Amino acid sequence: MLPRHRRFIGILVTLIGVTVAISLILSSFQDNLLYYVTPSEAIENIDDDQSKFRIGGLVEVGSFERSEGSLKSRFILTDGFESIEVNYTGILPDLFREGQGIIVTGRFDKMKIFVASEVLAKHDENYMPPDIHPIEESSS
Amino acid sequence: MIPELGQIFLVAALASALLQFVGGISPLMRKIENIEPFIERITMFQTMSLLICFALLTTSFLQDDFSVLYVASNSNTALPIGYKFAAVWGGHEGSLLLWVLILSIWTLLLSKDNALKSSPELRIQSLSILGLISLGFLVFILYTSNPFERLFPIPLQGRGLNPLLQDPALVIHPPTLYAGYVGLAVPFSLAVSSLLTANNFEWAKHARSWTILSWMFLTGGIALGSWWAYYELGWGGWWFWDPVENASLMPWLIATALMHSLIVTEKRGLFNGFSTLLAITAFSLSLLGTFLVRSGVLISVHSFASDPQRGLFILVLLAFFSGSALMIYSLKQKKATQEKLHPLSRESLLLLNNVFLCASAGLVLIGTIYPLILEMLDLGKISVGPPYFNFVILFPFIPLLITIGVAVFSNWSHASKSLVKKIFPIIMIAILLSLLFPFIYGLASLMTMVGVILALWTILTGISPLIRNQFSINKSMVYMPMMLGHIGLGLMILGITVTSSYGITFDDSMGIEQSSNVGDYEFKLTEIGRRNGPNYLAQYASIEISKDGEYIETVYPEKRVYDSSTMGMTEAGIEANLFRDLFIAIGEDIGGGSWSMHLQYKPLLRLIWYGPIVMMMGGLIRVFLSKRSIGSYQ
Repeated sequence: MLPRHRRFIGILVTLIGVTVAISLILSSFQDNLLYYVTPSEAIENIDDDQSKFRIGGLVEVGSFERSEGSLKSRFILTDGFESIEVNYTGILPDLFREGQGIIVTGRFDKMKIFVASEVLAKHDENYMPPDIHPIEESSS
Repeated sequence: MIPELGQIFLVAALASALLQFVGGISPLMRKIENIEPFIERITMFQTMSLLICFALLTTSFLQDDFSVLYVASNSNTALPIGYKFAAVWGGHEGSLLLWVLILSIWTLLLSKDNALKSSPELRIQSLSILGLISLGFLVFILYTSNPFERLFPIPLQGRGLNPLLQDPALVIHPPTLYAGYVGLAVPFSLAVSSLLTANNFEWAKHARSWTILSWMFLTGGIALGSWWAYYELGWGGWWFWDPVENASLMPWLIATALMHSLIVTEKRGLFNGFSTLLAITAFSLSLLGTFLVRSGVLISVHSFASDPQRGLFILVLLAFFSGSALMIYSLKQKKATQEKLHPLSRESLLLLNNVFLCASAGLVLIGTIYPLILEMLDLGKISVGPPYFNFVILFPFIPLLITIGVAVFSNWSHASKSLVKKIFPIIMIAILLSLLFPFIYGLASLMTMVGVILALWTILTGISPLIRNQFSINKSMVYMPMMLGHIGLGLMILGITVTSSYGITFDDSMGIEQSSNVGDYEFKLTEIGRRNGPNYLAQYASIEISKDGEYIETVYPEKRVYDSSTMGMTEAGIEANLFRDLFIAIGEDIGGGSWSMHLQYKPLLRLIWYGPIVMMMGGLIRVFLSKRSIGSYQ
């Protein structure tokens, strides 16, 4: 094999390798992007988007319910304009309470109930999810 | 009075940083003799001023002087005394003061480095650059984040320290991590100074120990943070790919690459440009980390206040330092001499792995800042989930781990003749040993087996110099840093693989005298009670853990409410040994006499933190053992 051929094969193999790696990485990137929206934006896009995403909002006061002795809970998430019913099974974070700003990750089911796989409350009692702040201030 | 005194010393430090920077211009004017002792003294003066500032701020904390805004926001009278010390760096202003204090200590240590005295131009120039960095940050502190700012009217009580930070690991985590971040300023300044002065690879010799030292601190700081997150945040994970974690991982990856690239630059005079770029990148990523963490663009435990002005200032500093360093590089870097490298020589393999390390850092960088850029351009808010990182990190890391073992057996400049003969038995042993894992833990996926084999391969090739020298510690001492570094990495990879593949995690509801099974272990709730802590009220559960009916241990997970805040805090109950961690955290009272609980069984989890400790020991040996024995490392 001539050195020229060897170099050619080397470059070819590298190119193929790099292309495969980059395309895998890009597709993984696409698959794992989570969009963050407000409840209003979520309601707007409820039909055409069945994928997983995040909603940030306030837990509506008086909306929290739990069936006794079970990990299942439901509550309403709001940004002051629109409200979304959220179902969640599992342990809620320490800072979860009514009136608090939280972020939920999950997807809508057929009943247009948001089934959360993760509930985040931030580690600061003064925390507000982005975009909720002005609304909360104007309402208070 | 004390805060005003602090103010004065802060300004004094600023003035000395300015003099340190200006004095450093003199090597360019070839007037080196007179300036050296002056720079040494000014460096000492700056460190002393900042130490006094720090001591004064600490005093304000100990005296509960709530007329100081920073003290009032981060402490109160009920705070235990140990945490009053820790509260000094518990907020934005104090942690920045700690940042510049550590920078000045590094600078002072560099000025005491005897080996560096043989290259006076390089020395003065790098001290000057460090002075400029310090100057930038001191202006930042005085302009936007003054810890001595007064508060009027004086409140009777402070707001208290964030309960999450009231933990022993969190007392040492920030200083350790900062020491690592800021330490990378030293190789940065040496690299840039070298470009400005002699412009050869002399700097590599001096930069190596400093790089290893900061790398050790980074390793320790990251491991501590991970350990803390595991037992304190209540859901028992050890790495979340949180942007703040990534911000510390990226400089670590690049520092690791730099550490190895400097070996080649020092020993063989090669890759000088690459090492220079790595040194610049490592420090730039440190600054990027500081920006991400401190600017408030991220919302996390680490971001104290979101003041856009602060973020912008750090961004300007970042742009200035990396921008000008890269500019100097492009103007001054000489074209590398063409040298043919054998693809299986140690140089090539080290280069290859450094490329993999850079690729890892790049992939982490994309996932970390892409959402931020998108948000800044108002294109929507997104987040990149852990699955992305977990998946893409494999691409550089699998070949990286394969190459590590081969590199151990390689020679400088040419291929080792019996390379295949040397590595074949080790591969076989690694594969045979890996077969034990399905026996112990149950069937595994292909990826798990690959992970285990690569971890064992890294450990075994790491041990190999010891075997080759008939287990004589003395003879293998020169290899010890490399051996410990690689063994530690292998242990960590083993821990990550086994924990991720065989770990069990779930939530359950438990009533009194009810139990829940996690793998072979039975967790039984026997009591729920209350107790009073120094500044909190705790609800605890006592949980009896047993295996096959045999009692092991009782753990007491807690749910705390601190007096200073209304938020609850989870203290997990953990029963751990080298082979497995059993974890339980209280969720909440879910009615009907039941509590929600988070349960975990994590085999070999401890290796994730023991591995880095072993790695750090390697670094420690390299830095502090006599230069004579290590110097002969080939």
